[in-house]
Amino acid sequence: MRVTTTVNGTERTADDVWPGESLLFLLRERLGLPGAKNACEQGECGSCTVYLDGEPVCACLVAAGQATGREVTTVEGLAEGGRLHPVQEAFVEAGAVQCGFCTPGLVVMASDLLERVPEPSDPEIREALAGNLCRCTGYEKILDAVRLAAARQAAR
Amino acid sequence: MDFLQPSSWDDALAARAERPDALPIAGGTDVMVELNFDRRRPGALLDLTRVPELREWTLADGVVRLGAGVPYARVIGELGDRLPGLAMAARTVGSPQIRARGTVGGNLGSASPAGDAHPPLLAAGAQVELVSAARGARRVPVADFFAGVKRSVLEPDELIAAVLVPEAAGPQQYCKVGTRNAMVIAVSAFALALHPDRQEVGTGIGSAAPTPRRAPEAGQFLAGELNWAARTPLPETLAAEFGRRVADAASPIDDVRGSAAYRRHSLAVMARRAATWAWDDLRRAA
Repeated sequence: MRVTTTVNGTERTADDVWPGESLLFLLRERLGLPGAKNACEQGECGSCTVYLDGEPVCACLVAAGQATGREVTTVEGLAEGGRLHPVQEAFVEAGAVQCGFCTPGLVVMASDLLERVPEPSDPEIREALAGNLCRCTGYEKILDAVRLAAARQAAR
Repeated sequence: MDFLQPSSWDDALAARAERPDALPIAGGTDVMVELNFDRRRPGALLDLTRVPELREWTLADGVVRLGAGVPYARVIGELGDRLPGLAMAARTVGSPQIRARGTVGGNLGSASPAGDAHPPLLAAGAQVELVSAARGARRVPVADFFAGVKRSVLEPDELIAAVLVPEAAGPQQYCKVGTRNAMVIAVSAFALALHPDRQEVGTGIGSAAPTPRRAPEAGQFLAGELNWAARTPLPETLAAEFGRRVADAASPIDDVRGSAAYRRHSLAVMARRAATWAWDDLRRAA
């Protein structure tokens, strides 16, 4: 079947989509957007987190056809004009990236948190990132990065 | 496989009737896992996310009619005051990503004994509204909805339209045991609802029997012992006896998540605590 959806502000169409296929597969394998990562395929790890109509979701749990006519924003869509998103900048500076596999999902979740809660408490950060696993166990640096991005956002 | 995407409730019912081989999908948090892991290959997916009626909730005569497609995040954000037990359970579901997509209707459709929404729906005395194009709507008490492990009384031509939950008349509690605070399938769970208007105690047990179930004998026992008029403190011995009776109502098994003995023990502890917390809330409200 054919699926047409808006991805990072641009209308994209894919043909021969299998009806049981996930939005994650559509993004990675058909639309050439490998930012969202494929890991657990069951919503446990958060590596595939993307925005669907402004809400962070696990792309592996959305059927591709469900995204028809909706707006998808992937981690590739966060940077503007070649400048990193403030959360991405903070991840680089805080050393919050080890193997990098969980990073795209965490960046999307953290950017959503800071849009909703500009100055989050530590429990709020932990709650927001509870569905994202880092198997390098670099959580402390990740928390540092979110605190740094929040502090910068507050200072602006 | 076909992808059916009705944009109205009538079209959804027609599609359901025409395609008994179609698997309904809403938030996808259960269905997509089965597809991703090749566990299921239905003839069609019936996408219900374009049916506006399913994504609404309304209030009439003290009963919330919660559309089957309302995600947990909205139950938490919009119904915490009217349905506190269900909202507490919704807060323990998965992660923010899962709560944004997963729905109470989907939880019922999967009918897992571990479904987080089921114990508070049992405790509140909710009903499930099932609709078919041929026979119209019927309402089934949640306690009669589950037919076995991941089985329910939902017929092949029916869809879950809504769940009808009475507004809380008194304090409600929900407890869940798992290995961490997020992304946990309950090892055991317990929900309690005090109904001071009719001096009854509603109960719901999760993950400790082939289906979610109530503990009616334990609820009647506690309701009979409580001093509803003077609202005197709940004696520890009474709370503990209630806990034992709740544990007796379960029939748990040993599995990868926990042992039957642990499930019974944790149920007794959760029921004792839930009763104490809820009764203390009621006394404070007086």
